[in-house]
Amino acid sequence: MFELLGIPPQALFGQLLLGLINGAFYALLSLGLAVIFGMLNVINFTHGAQYMMGAFTAYMLLQYLGIGYWGALILAPIIVGIFGIILERLLLSRLYHIDHLYGLLLTFGLALIIEGIFRQQYGSSGLPYTNPIPGGTNLGFMFLPWYRAWVVVLSLVVCLATWFMIEKTKLGSYLRAATENPTLVRAFGINVPRMMTLTYGFGVALAALAGVLAAPIYSVNPVMGANLIIVVFAVVVIGGMGSIMGSIITGFGLGIIEGLTKVFYPEASSTVIFIIMAIVLMIRPAGLFGTPR
Amino acid sequence: MKLKPFLLAASASVLATAAHAEFTGGVIKIGVLNDQSGVYADLSGQGSVWAAKKAVEDYCKENQCPAKIEVIFADHQNKPDIGSNIARQWYDVDGVDVIVDVPTSSVALAVNNITKEKNKVHLNSTGGTSDLTGKACTPNTIHWTYDTWALANGTGTALVKTGGDTWFFLTADYAFGHALERDTAAAVEKNGGKVLGKVRHPFPGQDFSSFLLQAQSSGAKVIGLANAGGDTINSVKQAAEFGIVQGGQNLAALLMFITDVHALGLQTAQGLVFTEAWYWDMNDQTRAFAEEFAAANNGAKPSMTQAGVYSAVIHYLKAVHELGSDADGAKVVEKMKSMPTEDRVFGKGHIRADGRKIHDMYLFEVKKPEESKGPWDYYKLRAVIPADQAFRPIEEGECPLVKKG
Repeated sequence: MFELLGIPPQALFGQLLLGLINGAFYALLSLGLAVIFGMLNVINFTHGAQYMMGAFTAYMLLQYLGIGYWGALILAPIIVGIFGIILERLLLSRLYHIDHLYGLLLTFGLALIIEGIFRQQYGSSGLPYTNPIPGGTNLGFMFLPWYRAWVVVLSLVVCLATWFMIEKTKLGSYLRAATENPTLVRAFGINVPRMMTLTYGFGVALAALAGVLAAPIYSVNPVMGANLIIVVFAVVVIGGMGSIMGSIITGFGLGIIEGLTKVFYPEASSTVIFIIMAIVLMIRPAGLFGTPR
Repeated sequence: MKLKPFLLAASASVLATAAHAEFTGGVIKIGVLNDQSGVYADLSGQGSVWAAKKAVEDYCKENQCPAKIEVIFADHQNKPDIGSNIARQWYDVDGVDVIVDVPTSSVALAVNNITKEKNKVHLNSTGGTSDLTGKACTPNTIHWTYDTWALANGTGTALVKTGGDTWFFLTADYAFGHALERDTAAAVEKNGGKVLGKVRHPFPGQDFSSFLLQAQSSGAKVIGLANAGGDTINSVKQAAEFGIVQGGQNLAALLMFITDVHALGLQTAQGLVFTEAWYWDMNDQTRAFAEEFAAANNGAKPSMTQAGVYSAVIHYLKAVHELGSDADGAKVVEKMKSMPTEDRVFGKGHIRADGRKIHDMYLFEVKKPEESKGPWDYYKLRAVIPADQAFRPIEEGECPLVKKG
């Protein structure tokens, strides 16, 4: 049996695939962030908390209403999305005319409050959520759980659909125009504030969707988002703030790089993304796919 | 206010016994220092505060209080610097006489040092590191409930004896994980088993599938999880997903609390084998204690560490009561070591010269969903590890206190 850098090829394929799966989560989360930043110029630090809320909503739907995973997959993003819309209307929309930093501070504070409320109510050690599609198939080089395959497929579909909607449809062109010059777009009779609200709601719904996807495989606990959000921000920065395609490609790409690090030098697997971020920022300060503004 | 009657009783008894008693500041002040908001908040947190208060209440009901007794608490956020600051503030300014609980080994070791420096008392229930009664032992600290050596020995030995003789470790990459891995590997090899490999994962981690895959391809019969809390929960969850147990390999969770099993759900946790010092459903007395606990804590049952806080506080009060003083921490601990321990929750035991509290440990297996009668009915007893074998032999601990004696 030949070996590549001391690792049998089977193991390497397995790790590549796993990296792709983790990349699916990064892509989905960073996509939401990129959409919100691209359209609203808000650095949404509540994103991790909203991801957590998605997972918790799935749990609550099951616990109190008996609605299973598939129902939650649709309902949880809608519920959390509406929560996001309320948040945007009540608080966030008042900060658009001042510096970005205020939006960042507000969303960061909100994230702490939301996590605190959930911890108070549900404790810190987490809640169980059953895997809706257990089992898997042996690919020869690794055991692929059905559920993980489903996560990759769904997240790819959602990512590409979002990209298509924003870059290739009329609605998307309104959105992009409203970011460039809101006053002019308003003059054409388009309700810009409402469009911003819905965009924020959509970005939040994406986070919640990732949360529902995570519930069966990660521990559902109040800090699950806080652990992930920093990495996701690094992904967005590497991809270029606000770039839709950039966030998708870097999400998957960094998942793979992280996966490989876990084989060759596991101790560094949590830092490798930040090392890449530092290098990218030195060479291309606007990110790999970003345009300097 | 529930405290009032017993405070009244307390002050009355102060008058009665005040003749010789000298309690610093006129009160016995117990500080519960633990995690109130993070990963260990469920297994220590407010539950431990309740246990300490309950111990005071029970003690004063049976034997008059030796003085006014106060219980206060604080959140160390699992950070040694924050924990140290609170401990100093408590000892120097607030007149705290004893600090109990203290999860997170790094914080426990810091409090251990400060307690010795100030000559107070530290009763550790939730911290894991066996160094507290080893290299870092002091005349002021007692390690109450469990330690890494006891867990490693209980689970490691039991699994090797039932055929799990090849191991692969998934280790959290920090002091506690390394200690747990070291102690378990030693137990495995002592019993004729073999360690095939290990992988160190960043702490805290989220996705363990990559490491699990490496463990899977090692072909080891047992995958030892030398991590804790959320990391263990995620590892077990994902091992189930990747069909590791169905594939014939066993998981050994080396540190598992009942709150972790609750978080996993029986469907995922079933069949896990691990060592604990205490379980609520062992006899009438533990069940009664658990019921009182549940009534005050949203229906949750106590963890072994919360029960340990209760037991430790009872024994502390006995000792200061007999001494008639809480001023000299080392003297109080010496008194505690000289008396056998006994209370309704932990039963009988004793404390060794190195500060190790000695009692039976238990090897538990998580029930199948159909065997459980409802929430918190999770464990089956697999074996009792008798007290004289459950903990590290005193001469192997390198505790300086023992060498002197």
